[in-house]
Amino acid sequence: MNNPQNSPGRRLGLALFWVYVALYAGFMAVVLFRPDLLSLRPFGGVNLAIAYGMGLIAAAFGLSLLSLFFRADH
Amino acid sequence: MLYETSPLALAIFAAFVGGVIGLSFYLGRKGQSAQAYYAAHGEVHWFVNGIAFAGDYLSAASFLGICGMIAFHGYDGFLYSIGFLAGWIVALFVIAEPIKALGRFTFADALDSRFNSRGIKLAVAISTLVVSVFYLIPQMVGAGDLIVPLLGLPHWVGVVLVGVAVTLIVVTAGMVSTTWVQFIKGSLLVFFCGVLAALILDRGLVVNAGRPGEENLAPQTRTVTRDGTVLVDGAPQSRDHDLRPVGTIRALPERYAGKTSTGPLRPLEYLAALEDSTIVTWAPTKRVDEAGVHTTYAPVERRGVDLLKPGGYFKGLTTGKLADRLDFASLMLALFCGTASLPHILIRYYTVKDAAAARKSTVVGIAAIGAFYVLTLYLGLGAMTSGALDPTSSNMAAPLLAKSFSTTLFAIISAIAFTTVLGTVSGLIMAGSGAVAHDLVENVLGVRMTDHEKVRCGKLAAVGLGVVAMALGILFRSFNVSFLVGWAFNIAASANLPALVMLLFWPRTTKQGIIAAVTVGMLASLAWILLSADTFEKVYGISRDLSPVPFSQPGLVTIPLGFLVLVGVSLLSPPAERSAPRGRGSR
Repeated sequence: MNNPQNSPGRRLGLALFWVYVALYAGFMAVVLFRPDLLSLRPFGGVNLAIAYGMGLIAAAFGLSLLSLFFRADH
Repeated sequence: MLYETSPLALAIFAAFVGGVIGLSFYLGRKGQSAQAYYAAHGEVHWFVNGIAFAGDYLSAASFLGICGMIAFHGYDGFLYSIGFLAGWIVALFVIAEPIKALGRFTFADALDSRFNSRGIKLAVAISTLVVSVFYLIPQMVGAGDLIVPLLGLPHWVGVVLVGVAVTLIVVTAGMVSTTWVQFIKGSLLVFFCGVLAALILDRGLVVNAGRPGEENLAPQTRTVTRDGTVLVDGAPQSRDHDLRPVGTIRALPERYAGKTSTGPLRPLEYLAALEDSTIVTWAPTKRVDEAGVHTTYAPVERRGVDLLKPGGYFKGLTTGKLADRLDFASLMLALFCGTASLPHILIRYYTVKDAAAARKSTVVGIAAIGAFYVLTLYLGLGAMTSGALDPTSSNMAAPLLAKSFSTTLFAIISAIAFTTVLGTVSGLIMAGSGAVAHDLVENVLGVRMTDHEKVRCGKLAAVGLGVVAMALGILFRSFNVSFLVGWAFNIAASANLPALVMLLFWPRTTKQGIIAAVTVGMLASLAWILLSADTFEKVYGISRDLSPVPFSQPGLVTIPLGFLVLVGVSLLSPPAERSAPRGRGSR
């Protein structure tokens, strides 16, 4: 029987999902266990707390666009 | 604080509410079937649906609660933004397409698509109602908070106004009118928050909000006497003798030495300058004696660098107590898992024609919602330093920030915030109405109804839910709305997500497993919340030390519990009860 969860599009979606989970879990790990790192300013102006937070929002949009692009391809 | 009623605000507000109700009546005249009432014929364009997702999701908690939390506590409010948006990744990559393929009108349709089980319909309908009611509370509280400064009316009037307006919207044209109200609201909210953020950047940072002198930093005390009289610094509160608005920059970074203003700043420049500034926030301390309850608001000088990192609201992140850290982790897990489990979000997938449209509308939703959450950071920090904050109400931060620019903007932002509540509450009432009429009455009780009767039953349920929402909005007045929404996410994630995910990915899932997971997840998270230290302190008014649970947010325990229960019960169920991927229409 064909399982719709095994289609290439769904597999790609799930792979992108796990990429985001890793980014989100990384952020949580820093907040919970190394909050001192969040005050650092690795990119000059803003601190890591702001940069990582904004990055997670941007990553959500970027990955969703990526999935749309590849699904259209399929 | 006491607020002056603005006729302009009143006019804009009346135009907004009158407009959306008029639109609803217009759409309602076009004739209604059950398919139209519950799913807008399944013909909504994906872009409209995507913005309507934003209108549905960006609730009072997002707009009023997060801005207020950032304004009062700094970065921690932004953590809610991050968690709320992250949940959409689960919705897009895991849930969107299957839920569209499996369901028809309600979330219960999807979970029951392979079983035809009354037990599943009953459990999921109850869980939908519980989640919707918990989500309704903060929306109604936010409505009441808005009405006080906007119209100068008591809090309860705002709650009743929203309740009546939303009930009218839902009963006139169901999902069709709800979709358009949410589309209009989503568009306006993101656009005007962008305008407000642009004004904040253009103003830059200004020492003492441009006011001369140091007298504004004197502590101020609000007393509520035994007979209910409100005193400010010992004298009766009046428009001439009221609490002063607060929240200012004390000192700018060294690079602006000798200046009282930075002038216009670019987005990242603004955050960097704020990080290097000294800011005055106001902390309350409460004292109770024979005269009444005294709350003293005193200024606290804080470095920007401390306000722009976690720990201002979630104190456990800095004290290092394990229970506090677990509480925070639990909340962030619930926000991540909760979005894709919210019934009022899930039913929006039935309003588009196919899985591709469901996917595209989710991406549009993520774009609009993500943009909005970036703006909340600027709105919250702008409010923190605007000199316009009401020290007694964090929920009023965004409208009062707008007021610091102009009364017209205040009127527009307040009216949009009010419309925000209308959009979200109408979605929640729709979800609850479907759960009662379609799941409980039709499918569980087996009442046979004509198409017309199904719609009428849904409308009656909507009226009932509207009344419940009004009562709860008045009862829970003093809560921060973001805090309350955290509860709704916990219950949704614990009750619904395990069943939904396992149904999609584990063929051995049985109907008994789903019923048990939904029931246990819902009851466990609900019981945990009712026994939590936060509830003891803020609802029951007793010491938080008496709470028997180690931390307040249940998700860290109850979400895995839902998965475990589902697996355990499914393995113990007869193999014949297992799910087979048959899809929609197999009921």
